[in-house]
Amino acid sequence: MPRIVHKHPLAIRWFHWINFPVLFVMIWSGLLIYWAYDPYKITLGDWTLISFFPDGFYKALGVSRRLAEGMAWHFVFMWLFLLNGVLYVGYTFVSGEWRHLVPDRNSFREAVQVTLYDLGLRKTQPPFVKYNGAQKIAYFSIMLMGVGSVLTGYAIYKPTQFHWLTALVGGYETARLIHFALTIGYVLFFIVHIAQVIRAGWRNFQSIITGFEVLKPDDPEQAMTTEQAPETPPVAPPINPALS
Amino acid sequence: MKPAINTNPEPKLPESDLPESAVRRQTLKAFGLFALAATVPIGVYLWIKNSPNLYGAKKPLRRVLDANETIARTYFSNANLVKTYPLDRAAKQPRQNGYDGLRTPLPADWKLHVDRDEQNPLYLTMDDIRTLPKHELVYDFKCVEGWSQIQHWGGARLADFLERYKLGTKPGNASELFEYVGLETPDKGYYVGIDMASALHSQTLLAYELNGQPISNAHGAPVRLIIPHKYGVKNLKRIGRIFFSDTRPRDFWAERGYDYYLGL
Repeated sequence: MPRIVHKHPLAIRWFHWINFPVLFVMIWSGLLIYWAYDPYKITLGDWTLISFFPDGFYKALGVSRRLAEGMAWHFVFMWLFLLNGVLYVGYTFVSGEWRHLVPDRNSFREAVQVTLYDLGLRKTQPPFVKYNGAQKIAYFSIMLMGVGSVLTGYAIYKPTQFHWLTALVGGYETARLIHFALTIGYVLFFIVHIAQVIRAGWRNFQSIITGFEVLKPDDPEQAMTTEQAPETPPVAPPINPALS
Repeated sequence: MKPAINTNPEPKLPESDLPESAVRRQTLKAFGLFALAATVPIGVYLWIKNSPNLYGAKKPLRRVLDANETIARTYFSNANLVKTYPLDRAAKQPRQNGYDGLRTPLPADWKLHVDRDEQNPLYLTMDDIRTLPKHELVYDFKCVEGWSQIQHWGGARLADFLERYKLGTKPGNASELFEYVGLETPDKGYYVGIDMASALHSQTLLAYELNGQPISNAHGAPVRLIIPHKYGVKNLKRIGRIFFSDTRPRDFWAERGYDYYLGL
Protein backbone atom coordinates (compact mmCIF):
# COMPACT_ATOMS: atom_id res chain seq x y z
CA MET A 1 0.00 0.00 0.00
CA PRO A 2 1.60 3.29 -1.05
CA ARG A 3 2.12 6.00 1.50
CA ILE A 4 1.13 9.51 0.51
CA VAL A 5 2.16 12.79 2.09
CA HIS A 6 -0.41 15.57 2.06
CA LYS A 7 1.62 18.50 0.83
CA HIS A 8 -0.56 21.33 -0.50
CA PRO A 9 -4.01 22.04 0.96
CA LEU A 10 -6.74 22.66 -1.62
CA ALA A 11 -6.81 26.42 -0.90
CA ILE A 12 -3.08 26.77 -1.53
CA ARG A 13 -3.46 24.98 -4.87
CA TRP A 14 -6.28 27.31 -5.89
CA PHE A 15 -4.35 30.44 -4.88
CA HIS A 16 -1.31 29.19 -6.77
CA TRP A 17 -3.12 28.41 -10.00
CA ILE A 18 -5.38 31.46 -9.96
CA ASN A 19 -2.31 33.62 -9.52
CA PHE A 20 -0.70 32.10 -12.60
CA PRO A 21 -3.06 33.51 -15.32
CA VAL A 22 -3.72 36.68 -13.31
CA LEU A 23 -0.03 37.48 -12.95
CA PHE A 24 0.45 36.62 -16.60
CA VAL A 25 -2.21 39.20 -17.58
CA MET A 26 -0.66 41.77 -15.24
CA ILE A 27 2.82 41.32 -16.73
CA TRP A 28 1.54 41.28 -20.31
CA SER A 29 -0.72 44.31 -19.90
CA GLY A 30 2.03 46.04 -17.94
CA LEU A 31 4.26 45.57 -20.96
CA LEU A 32 1.61 47.17 -23.20
CA ILE A 33 1.69 50.16 -20.83
CA TYR A 34 5.45 50.26 -20.47
CA TRP A 35 5.87 50.28 -24.23
CA ALA A 36 4.46 53.84 -24.45
CA TYR A 37 7.35 55.22 -22.40
CA ASP A 38 10.27 52.86 -21.82
CA PRO A 39 13.22 54.73 -20.32
CA TYR A 40 14.76 51.97 -18.20
CA LYS A 41 18.09 50.41 -18.95
CA ILE A 42 21.02 49.03 -17.05
CA THR A 43 24.21 50.86 -17.96
CA LEU A 44 27.86 50.46 -17.07
CA GLY A 45 29.39 53.84 -17.75
CA ASP A 46 28.46 54.60 -21.34
CA TRP A 47 27.85 50.95 -22.09
CA THR A 48 24.21 49.85 -22.16
CA LEU A 49 24.13 46.38 -20.66
CA ILE A 50 20.40 45.74 -20.95
CA SER A 51 17.78 48.01 -22.48
CA PHE A 52 14.18 47.32 -21.51
CA PHE A 53 13.33 46.57 -24.28
CA PRO A 54 14.74 46.54 -27.81
CA ASP A 55 12.27 47.21 -30.63
CA GLY A 56 12.52 43.63 -31.88
CA PHE A 57 11.20 42.42 -28.53
CA TYR A 58 8.08 44.58 -28.82
CA LYS A 59 7.59 43.59 -32.44
CA ALA A 60 7.91 39.89 -31.68
CA LEU A 61 5.29 40.16 -28.94
CA GLY A 62 3.10 42.60 -30.87
CA VAL A 63 2.75 45.08 -28.02
CA SER A 64 3.17 48.27 -30.03
CA ARG A 65 0.50 51.00 -29.79
CA ARG A 66 -1.73 49.15 -27.37
CA LEU A 67 -1.54 51.49 -24.36
CA ALA A 68 -5.30 51.92 -23.91
CA GLU A 69 -5.83 48.18 -24.08
CA GLY A 70 -2.96 47.56 -21.66
CA MET A 71 -4.34 50.04 -19.13
CA ALA A 72 -7.82 48.55 -19.36
CA TRP A 73 -6.62 44.99 -18.69
CA HIS A 74 -4.24 46.17 -15.98
CA PHE A 75 -6.88 48.16 -14.08
CA VAL A 76 -9.36 45.29 -14.27
CA PHE A 77 -7.11 42.40 -13.31
CA MET A 78 -5.37 44.35 -10.54
CA TRP A 79 -8.46 43.61 -8.46
CA LEU A 80 -8.09 39.86 -8.93
CA PHE A 81 -4.36 40.04 -8.19
CA LEU A 82 -5.07 42.02 -5.02
CA LEU A 83 -7.98 39.82 -3.92
CA ASN A 84 -6.14 36.55 -4.54
CA GLY A 85 -3.09 37.87 -2.69
CA VAL A 86 -5.05 39.11 0.33
CA LEU A 87 -6.99 35.84 0.59
CA TYR A 88 -3.78 33.83 0.24
CA VAL A 89 -1.98 35.71 3.00
CA GLY A 90 -5.10 35.54 5.18
CA TYR A 91 -5.39 31.81 4.58
CA THR A 92 -1.77 31.06 5.45
CA PHE A 93 -2.31 32.78 8.80
CA VAL A 94 -5.62 31.14 9.60
CA SER A 95 -4.45 27.67 8.60
CA GLY A 96 -0.98 27.90 10.10
CA GLU A 97 0.54 27.30 6.65
CA TRP A 98 2.72 30.34 7.27
CA ARG A 99 4.92 28.08 9.44
CA HIS A 100 5.98 26.30 6.26
CA LEU A 101 6.60 29.56 4.42
CA VAL A 102 8.16 32.15 6.69
CA PRO A 103 11.94 31.77 6.78
CA ASP A 104 13.67 31.65 10.15
CA ARG A 105 17.28 32.25 11.00
CA ASN A 106 18.25 28.74 9.91
CA SER A 107 16.76 29.23 6.48
CA PHE A 108 19.58 31.39 5.20
CA ARG A 109 22.31 28.87 6.11
CA GLU A 110 20.11 26.11 4.72
CA ALA A 111 19.57 28.09 1.51
CA VAL A 112 23.33 28.24 0.96
CA GLN A 113 23.58 24.45 1.45
CA VAL A 114 20.66 23.86 -0.92
CA THR A 115 22.20 26.09 -3.55
CA LEU A 116 25.52 24.25 -3.24
CA TYR A 117 23.65 20.96 -3.57
CA ASP A 118 21.73 22.24 -6.61
CA LEU A 119 24.99 23.31 -8.22
CA GLY A 120 26.47 19.87 -7.57
CA LEU A 121 29.02 21.18 -5.05
CA ARG A 122 27.50 19.33 -2.10
CA LYS A 123 26.49 15.70 -1.91
CA THR A 124 23.42 15.84 0.33
CA GLN A 125 20.50 18.13 0.75
CA PRO A 126 19.81 19.40 4.26
CA PRO A 127 16.61 17.87 5.69
CA PHE A 128 13.45 19.93 5.53
CA VAL A 129 9.73 19.48 6.12
CA LYS A 130 7.80 21.13 3.25
CA TYR A 131 10.11 23.71 1.72
CA ASN A 132 13.84 23.99 2.10
CA GLY A 133 15.46 27.24 3.20
CA ALA A 134 15.95 28.48 -0.33
CA GLN A 135 12.32 27.81 -1.19
CA LYS A 136 11.10 29.52 1.96
CA ILE A 137 13.13 32.61 1.18
CA ALA A 138 12.04 32.62 -2.47
CA TYR A 139 8.33 32.08 -1.81
CA PHE A 140 8.25 34.52 1.07
CA SER A 141 10.07 37.13 -1.02
CA ILE A 142 7.61 36.68 -3.85
CA MET A 143 4.81 37.35 -1.38
CA LEU A 144 6.53 40.53 -0.17
CA MET A 145 7.10 41.50 -3.81
CA GLY A 146 3.37 41.12 -4.41
CA VAL A 147 2.72 43.53 -1.54
CA GLY A 148 5.30 45.87 -3.05
CA SER A 149 3.69 45.71 -6.48
CA VAL A 150 0.27 46.52 -5.07
CA LEU A 151 1.57 49.44 -3.01
CA THR A 152 3.71 50.94 -5.78
CA GLY A 153 0.92 50.22 -8.26
CA TYR A 154 -1.62 52.24 -6.31
CA ALA A 155 1.02 54.92 -5.72
CA ILE A 156 1.29 55.37 -9.50
CA TYR A 157 -2.44 54.88 -10.11
CA LYS A 158 -3.64 57.62 -7.71
CA PRO A 159 -0.64 59.78 -6.78
CA THR A 160 -2.88 62.67 -5.70
CA GLN A 161 -5.59 60.84 -3.80
CA PHE A 162 -3.02 58.44 -2.24
CA HIS A 163 -0.29 61.09 -2.02
CA TRP A 164 0.83 59.69 1.34
CA LEU A 165 1.36 56.29 -0.25
CA THR A 166 3.23 57.80 -3.19
CA ALA A 167 5.45 59.71 -0.75
CA LEU A 168 5.95 56.52 1.31
CA VAL A 169 7.37 54.61 -1.65
CA GLY A 170 9.67 57.43 -2.72
CA GLY A 171 7.55 59.51 -5.10
CA TYR A 172 5.88 58.96 -8.45
CA GLU A 173 8.92 58.18 -10.57
CA THR A 174 10.57 55.99 -7.94
CA ALA A 175 7.32 54.09 -7.50
CA ARG A 176 7.18 53.43 -11.23
CA LEU A 177 10.78 52.21 -11.24
CA ILE A 178 10.17 49.87 -8.28
CA HIS A 179 6.97 48.62 -9.89
CA PHE A 180 8.92 47.79 -13.04
CA ALA A 181 11.86 46.21 -11.17
CA LEU A 182 9.47 43.95 -9.25
CA THR A 183 7.98 42.81 -12.54
CA ILE A 184 11.43 41.86 -13.81
CA GLY A 185 11.81 40.02 -10.49
CA TYR A 186 8.67 37.94 -11.16
CA VAL A 187 9.95 37.00 -14.59
CA LEU A 188 13.30 35.90 -13.17
CA PHE A 189 11.53 34.00 -10.38
CA PHE A 190 9.31 32.33 -12.95
CA ILE A 191 12.31 31.12 -14.97
CA VAL A 192 14.07 29.67 -11.89
CA HIS A 193 10.79 28.24 -10.57
CA ILE A 194 10.07 26.39 -13.82
CA ALA A 195 13.65 25.10 -13.98
CA GLN A 196 13.43 23.82 -10.40
CA VAL A 197 10.06 22.19 -10.99
CA ILE A 198 11.49 20.34 -13.97
CA ARG A 199 14.49 19.29 -11.88
CA ALA A 200 12.34 18.13 -8.98
CA GLY A 201 10.39 15.88 -11.31
CA TRP A 202 6.89 14.78 -11.98
CA ARG A 203 5.95 13.54 -8.50
CA ASN A 204 6.74 16.95 -7.03
CA PHE A 205 4.87 18.75 -9.82
CA GLN A 206 1.71 16.71 -9.50
CA SER A 207 1.46 17.53 -5.80
CA ILE A 208 0.52 21.15 -6.67
CA ILE A 209 -2.38 19.68 -8.64
CA THR A 210 -3.43 16.69 -6.53
CA GLY A 211 -2.26 18.03 -3.20
CA PHE A 212 -0.33 14.93 -2.24
CA GLU A 213 2.93 13.29 -3.14
CA VAL A 214 3.27 9.52 -3.35
CA LEU A 215 6.15 8.10 -1.31
CA LYS A 216 7.72 4.98 -2.73
CA PRO A 217 9.29 2.75 -0.07
CA ASP A 218 11.83 1.42 -2.55
CA ASP A 219 12.94 4.87 -3.58
CA PRO A 220 16.44 5.35 -2.14
CA GLU A 221 16.19 9.12 -2.15
CA GLN A 222 12.85 9.09 -0.42
CA ALA A 223 13.99 6.53 2.15
CA MET A 224 16.91 8.74 3.04
CA THR A 225 14.69 11.77 3.51
CA THR A 226 12.37 9.79 5.74
CA GLU A 227 15.29 8.67 7.89
CA GLN A 228 16.54 12.20 8.20
CA ALA A 229 13.21 13.55 9.36
CA PRO A 230 12.67 11.93 12.76
CA GLU A 231 9.48 12.12 14.75
CA THR A 232 9.02 15.49 16.42
CA PRO A 233 10.79 15.23 19.76
CA PRO A 234 8.66 15.95 22.84
CA VAL A 235 10.79 19.01 23.63
CA ALA A 236 11.57 21.41 20.81
CA PRO A 237 15.29 21.40 20.08
CA PRO A 238 17.22 24.57 20.83
CA ILE A 239 18.41 26.68 17.95
CA ASN A 240 21.64 25.37 16.51
CA PRO A 241 24.37 26.78 18.77
CA ALA A 242 26.63 27.38 15.79
CA LEU A 243 24.58 30.45 15.02
CA SER A 244 24.11 31.83 18.53
CA MET B 1 22.00 35.82 24.09
CA LYS B 2 19.76 33.20 25.63
CA PRO B 3 18.93 30.55 23.04
CA ALA B 4 15.27 31.01 22.23
CA ILE B 5 13.07 27.94 22.30
CA ASN B 6 11.16 27.72 19.07
CA THR B 7 7.60 27.43 20.31
CA ASN B 8 6.18 27.26 16.80
CA PRO B 9 8.07 24.48 15.09
CA GLU B 10 7.16 23.82 11.49
CA PRO B 11 4.52 21.09 11.63
CA LYS B 12 5.17 17.79 9.93
CA LEU B 13 3.14 17.11 6.83
CA PRO B 14 0.36 14.58 7.44
CA GLU B 15 0.86 11.20 5.82
CA SER B 16 -1.53 8.35 5.14
CA ASP B 17 -1.56 4.92 3.58
CA LEU B 18 -3.94 4.47 0.68
CA PRO B 19 -4.53 1.58 -1.68
CA GLU B 20 -2.94 2.04 -5.10
CA SER B 21 -6.40 2.30 -6.69
CA ALA B 22 -7.46 5.15 -4.41
CA VAL B 23 -4.27 7.06 -5.17
CA ARG B 24 -4.87 6.61 -8.88
CA ARG B 25 -8.50 7.68 -8.58
CA GLN B 26 -7.65 10.82 -6.60
CA THR B 27 -4.87 11.73 -9.03
CA LEU B 28 -7.16 11.38 -12.04
CA LYS B 29 -9.88 13.37 -10.30
CA ALA B 30 -7.50 16.20 -9.45
CA PHE B 31 -6.06 16.35 -12.96
CA GLY B 32 -9.54 16.27 -14.47
CA LEU B 33 -10.64 19.12 -12.26
CA PHE B 34 -7.45 20.98 -13.10
CA ALA B 35 -8.06 20.62 -16.83
CA LEU B 36 -11.62 21.79 -16.34
CA ALA B 37 -10.48 24.79 -14.28
CA ALA B 38 -7.88 25.65 -16.92
CA THR B 39 -10.69 26.30 -19.39
CA VAL B 40 -11.90 29.15 -17.15
CA PRO B 41 -9.10 31.64 -17.94
CA ILE B 42 -9.28 30.65 -21.60
CA GLY B 43 -13.03 31.20 -21.51
CA VAL B 44 -12.65 34.55 -19.76
CA TYR B 45 -10.11 35.65 -22.36
CA LEU B 46 -12.33 34.61 -25.28
CA TRP B 47 -15.37 36.19 -23.67
CA ILE B 48 -13.58 39.54 -23.31
CA LYS B 49 -11.96 39.28 -26.75
CA ASN B 50 -15.27 38.55 -28.46
CA SER B 51 -17.26 41.15 -26.54
CA PRO B 52 -18.45 44.19 -28.46
CA ASN B 53 -16.70 47.47 -27.87
CA LEU B 54 -18.37 49.81 -25.48
CA TYR B 55 -17.02 53.29 -26.02
CA GLY B 56 -13.72 52.09 -27.47
CA ALA B 57 -12.95 49.34 -24.95
CA LYS B 58 -14.20 45.77 -24.70
CA LYS B 59 -17.47 45.81 -22.82
CA PRO B 60 -16.42 43.80 -19.73
CA LEU B 61 -13.25 45.88 -19.38
CA ARG B 62 -15.20 49.13 -19.81
CA ARG B 63 -17.65 48.02 -17.13
CA VAL B 64 -14.83 47.51 -14.64
CA LEU B 65 -13.18 50.79 -15.62
CA ASP B 66 -16.49 52.52 -14.94
CA ALA B 67 -16.71 50.71 -11.60
CA ASN B 68 -13.16 51.89 -10.84
CA GLU B 69 -14.40 55.42 -11.56
CA THR B 70 -17.26 55.01 -9.10
CA ILE B 71 -14.82 53.85 -6.43
CA ALA B 72 -12.40 56.69 -7.20
CA ARG B 73 -15.16 59.29 -7.14
CA THR B 74 -16.35 58.17 -3.73
CA TYR B 75 -12.96 58.74 -2.14
CA PHE B 76 -12.00 61.70 -4.33
CA SER B 77 -11.40 64.65 -2.10
CA ASN B 78 -10.76 68.22 -3.12
CA ALA B 79 -8.65 68.43 0.02
CA ASN B 80 -6.06 66.16 -1.59
CA LEU B 81 -3.73 68.50 -3.40
CA VAL B 82 -1.29 67.69 -6.11
CA LYS B 83 2.27 68.05 -4.82
CA THR B 84 3.84 71.37 -5.76
CA TYR B 85 7.50 72.22 -6.30
CA PRO B 86 9.73 75.30 -6.03
CA LEU B 87 9.77 77.49 -9.12
CA ASP B 88 13.31 76.56 -10.15
CA ARG B 89 12.38 72.90 -10.55
CA ALA B 90 10.08 73.71 -13.48
CA ALA B 91 11.19 72.59 -16.94
CA LYS B 92 12.61 75.38 -19.05
CA GLN B 93 11.40 73.69 -22.24
CA PRO B 94 8.10 72.14 -21.29
CA ARG B 95 7.30 69.05 -23.24
CA GLN B 96 4.20 68.95 -25.37
CA ASN B 97 2.53 65.98 -26.96
CA GLY B 98 -0.18 65.82 -29.56
CA TYR B 99 -1.72 68.26 -32.00
CA ASP B 100 -5.31 67.04 -31.98
CA GLY B 101 -7.62 70.05 -32.12
CA LEU B 102 -4.71 72.32 -33.04
CA ARG B 103 -4.41 71.43 -36.71
CA THR B 104 -6.58 74.30 -37.89
CA PRO B 105 -5.36 77.84 -37.17
CA LEU B 106 -6.73 79.63 -34.12
CA PRO B 107 -9.76 81.67 -35.23
CA ALA B 108 -8.89 85.38 -35.34
CA ASP B 109 -12.16 86.22 -33.63
CA TRP B 110 -11.66 83.64 -30.87
CA LYS B 111 -13.84 84.07 -27.85
CA LEU B 112 -14.47 81.55 -25.13
CA HIS B 113 -17.95 80.24 -25.75
CA VAL B 114 -19.78 78.99 -22.66
CA ASP B 115 -23.21 77.39 -22.88
CA ARG B 116 -25.46 78.66 -20.15
CA ASP B 117 -28.77 77.79 -21.69
CA GLU B 118 -29.96 77.38 -25.26
CA GLN B 119 -30.81 81.03 -25.88
CA ASN B 120 -28.15 82.72 -23.91
CA PRO B 121 -24.55 81.64 -24.57
CA LEU B 122 -21.74 83.55 -22.97
CA TYR B 123 -18.81 84.86 -25.03
CA LEU B 124 -15.73 85.91 -23.13
CA THR B 125 -12.42 87.45 -24.17
CA MET B 126 -9.04 86.80 -22.59
CA ASP B 127 -9.36 90.18 -20.83
CA ASP B 128 -12.51 88.90 -19.13
CA ILE B 129 -10.66 85.81 -17.95
CA ARG B 130 -7.68 87.82 -16.77
CA THR B 131 -9.86 89.85 -14.41
CA LEU B 132 -10.15 86.74 -12.24
CA PRO B 133 -7.47 86.22 -9.57
CA LYS B 134 -4.37 84.61 -11.06
CA HIS B 135 -2.96 81.45 -9.50
CA GLU B 136 0.37 79.85 -10.25
CA LEU B 137 1.07 76.17 -10.02
CA VAL B 138 4.38 74.30 -10.25
CA TYR B 139 3.54 70.61 -10.33
CA ASP B 140 4.46 67.31 -11.91
CA PHE B 141 2.45 67.07 -15.12
CA LYS B 142 1.67 63.39 -15.78
CA CYS B 143 1.16 61.86 -19.17
CA VAL B 144 -0.89 58.74 -19.61
CA GLU B 145 2.09 57.30 -21.49
CA GLY B 146 4.01 57.20 -18.21
CA TRP B 147 6.35 60.18 -18.33
CA SER B 148 6.00 63.20 -16.09
CA GLN B 149 7.56 66.65 -16.00
CA ILE B 150 7.53 69.50 -13.53
CA GLN B 151 5.88 72.47 -15.22
CA HIS B 152 4.95 75.99 -14.17
CA TRP B 153 1.48 77.16 -15.15
CA GLY B 154 -0.54 80.27 -14.37
CA GLY B 155 -4.18 81.18 -14.84
CA ALA B 156 -7.58 81.50 -13.22
CA ARG B 157 -9.12 78.81 -11.09
CA LEU B 158 -11.90 77.10 -12.99
CA ALA B 159 -13.88 77.14 -9.73
CA ASP B 160 -13.56 80.95 -9.54
CA PHE B 161 -14.55 81.25 -13.18
CA LEU B 162 -17.70 79.15 -12.70
CA GLU B 163 -18.56 81.09 -9.56
CA ARG B 164 -18.08 84.51 -11.16
CA TYR B 165 -20.30 83.79 -14.14
CA LYS B 166 -22.75 81.58 -12.25
CA LEU B 167 -22.05 78.61 -14.44
CA GLY B 168 -22.65 74.91 -14.08
CA THR B 169 -25.81 75.26 -12.04
CA LYS B 170 -29.17 73.87 -13.02
CA PRO B 171 -31.73 76.28 -14.49
CA GLY B 172 -34.12 77.38 -11.76
CA ASN B 173 -32.00 75.83 -9.01
CA ALA B 174 -28.78 77.72 -8.45
CA SER B 175 -27.63 75.38 -5.68
CA GLU B 176 -27.63 72.23 -7.80
CA LEU B 177 -24.68 71.60 -10.08
CA PHE B 178 -24.50 69.64 -13.29
CA GLU B 179 -22.47 66.46 -12.99
CA TYR B 180 -20.08 67.05 -15.86
CA VAL B 181 -18.21 69.80 -17.67
CA GLY B 182 -17.54 69.31 -21.37
CA LEU B 183 -14.80 71.14 -23.22
CA GLU B 184 -13.85 71.19 -26.88
CA THR B 185 -11.44 72.97 -29.19
CA PRO B 186 -12.75 75.62 -31.64
CA ASP B 187 -12.46 73.12 -34.51
CA LYS B 188 -14.02 70.34 -32.37
CA GLY B 189 -11.02 68.16 -33.23
CA TYR B 190 -10.41 67.42 -29.55
CA TYR B 191 -12.86 67.21 -26.70
CA VAL B 192 -12.94 66.02 -23.11
CA GLY B 193 -15.44 65.46 -20.34
CA ILE B 194 -14.63 66.19 -16.69
CA ASP B 195 -16.63 65.36 -13.60
CA MET B 196 -17.75 68.47 -11.71
CA ALA B 197 -15.87 67.59 -8.49
CA SER B 198 -12.59 67.52 -10.41
CA ALA B 199 -13.47 70.74 -12.25
CA LEU B 200 -13.99 72.47 -8.89
CA HIS B 201 -10.66 71.28 -7.45
CA SER B 202 -8.68 74.28 -6.22
CA GLN B 203 -5.70 73.39 -8.47
CA THR B 204 -7.76 73.13 -11.66
CA LEU B 205 -6.93 76.16 -13.80
CA LEU B 206 -7.98 77.92 -16.94
CA ALA B 207 -4.32 78.40 -17.77
CA TYR B 208 -2.99 81.18 -19.99
CA GLU B 209 0.62 81.38 -18.80
CA LEU B 210 3.48 78.89 -18.98
CA ASN B 211 6.74 79.80 -17.24
CA GLY B 212 5.32 83.29 -16.73
CA GLN B 213 4.73 83.87 -20.46
CA PRO B 214 1.54 83.64 -22.50
CA ILE B 215 1.26 80.02 -23.60
CA SER B 216 2.22 79.18 -27.17
CA ASN B 217 -0.11 77.73 -29.79
CA ALA B 218 1.44 74.31 -29.37
CA HIS B 219 0.71 74.43 -25.64
CA GLY B 220 -2.88 75.52 -26.20
CA ALA B 221 -3.05 79.32 -26.62
CA PRO B 222 -4.91 81.38 -25.73
CA VAL B 223 -6.38 79.41 -22.81
CA ARG B 224 -6.33 75.74 -21.89
CA LEU B 225 -7.35 73.47 -19.08
CA ILE B 226 -4.79 72.44 -16.48
CA ILE B 227 -6.35 69.78 -14.30
CA PRO B 228 -3.33 68.42 -12.45
CA HIS B 229 -5.01 65.44 -10.82
CA LYS B 230 -5.88 63.97 -14.20
CA TYR B 231 -3.57 62.69 -16.91
CA GLY B 232 -2.42 65.13 -19.57
CA VAL B 233 -4.98 63.90 -22.11
CA LYS B 234 -7.74 65.51 -20.03
CA ASN B 235 -5.93 68.88 -20.05
CA LEU B 236 -7.68 70.26 -23.13
CA LYS B 237 -5.62 72.75 -25.13
CA ARG B 238 -7.12 75.82 -26.85
CA ILE B 239 -10.60 75.80 -25.33
CA GLY B 240 -13.30 76.84 -27.76
CA ARG B 241 -16.44 75.88 -25.95
CA ILE B 242 -17.41 74.87 -22.43
CA PHE B 243 -20.74 73.25 -21.64
CA PHE B 244 -22.44 71.40 -18.81
CA SER B 245 -24.30 68.14 -18.71
CA ASP B 246 -25.61 65.41 -16.43
CA THR B 247 -24.40 62.72 -18.80
CA ARG B 248 -20.78 62.18 -19.70
CA PRO B 249 -19.75 64.53 -22.51
CA ARG B 250 -17.97 62.74 -25.31
CA ASP B 251 -14.27 62.32 -24.74
CA PHE B 252 -11.64 61.98 -27.44
CA TRP B 253 -9.39 59.43 -25.74
CA ALA B 254 -12.15 57.54 -23.94
CA GLU B 255 -13.61 56.87 -27.39
CA ARG B 256 -10.24 55.35 -28.23
CA GLY B 257 -10.41 52.86 -25.39
CA TYR B 258 -8.97 54.79 -22.44
CA ASP B 259 -10.51 54.98 -19.02
CA TYR B 260 -12.93 57.94 -19.04
CA TYR B 261 -12.11 59.21 -15.58
CA LEU B 262 -8.29 59.08 -15.68
CA GLY B 263 -8.12 60.67 -12.25
CA LEU B 264 -4.87 60.61 -10.32
